[in-house]
Amino acid sequence: MAADADKVFKALADPGRRLLLDRLHADNGQTLTELCAHLPMSRQAVTKHLKLLEEASLVVTIWRGREKFHFLNPVPIHEMAERWIHKYERGRLRVLAELKKNLEGDSNG
Amino acid sequence: MADSRFVYVTYIRTTPEKLWQALIEPEFTRQFWVGCWQESEWKPGASWRLMIPDGRVADSGEILEIEPQKRLVLRWRNEFKPELREEGYSRMTYEIEPMGEAVKLTVIHEMERPGSKFIEAVSNGWPMILSGLKTLLETGESFEASRHWPKGM
Repeated sequence: MAADADKVFKALADPGRRLLLDRLHADNGQTLTELCAHLPMSRQAVTKHLKLLEEASLVVTIWRGREKFHFLNPVPIHEMAERWIHKYERGRLRVLAELKKNLEGDSNG
Repeated sequence: MADSRFVYVTYIRTTPEKLWQALIEPEFTRQFWVGCWQESEWKPGASWRLMIPDGRVADSGEILEIEPQKRLVLRWRNEFKPELREEGYSRMTYEIEPMGEAVKLTVIHEMERPGSKFIEAVSNGWPMILSGLKTLLETGESFEASRHWPKGM
């Protein structure tokens, strides 16, 4: 239940789960079938990843009629950013991230 | 989904009474809601306004449902940005549930319109406001960014 930092870090430590979060960021509020349609993963793998993301409170679900929709919940990420990044000079880190982006080209973060 | 909708959840180590007070009372909201406070009589059908520290009205609407310490549903329209105001009314719901030693707060902000610019705009604000609220209730002090209205907005 409580979205503690360990669960959040663990949930984020997998490329498949980060991809799921990116898919929800691009199009929030998707059913399992919609999520599976654009992912190179089995339905079973997506279900497993979603369970971990839900336990970390990074994904929340609501029912509308007979369908279950998945939403990206950015609140725990914001809490982590405040705790781990803002405290350590976010301004300078942003400048470095911009520089990296410019040097590596637009396609890579 | 054809509508625009965001759902946020945060678990806060507090009581439903304290959370409700923090969500409603101006001396609390000013500390985490970027300096804003609300004006309402807090009963069904009453008008509701969110005030910007410089005196402008950020948003307005009415109380659709209110069950203290459990649930609040507001009809909510932007007032200070014409391109958002013209989209009309959204619906915002707070759901409060005790969960062991914590309280689960769910915020649903939705509008019956695909690709709403208003819902997109509030989606940038809610995560900061809610993590500021959590920090305030758990530590007695919110963080700097959630206390002040952003410059130039």
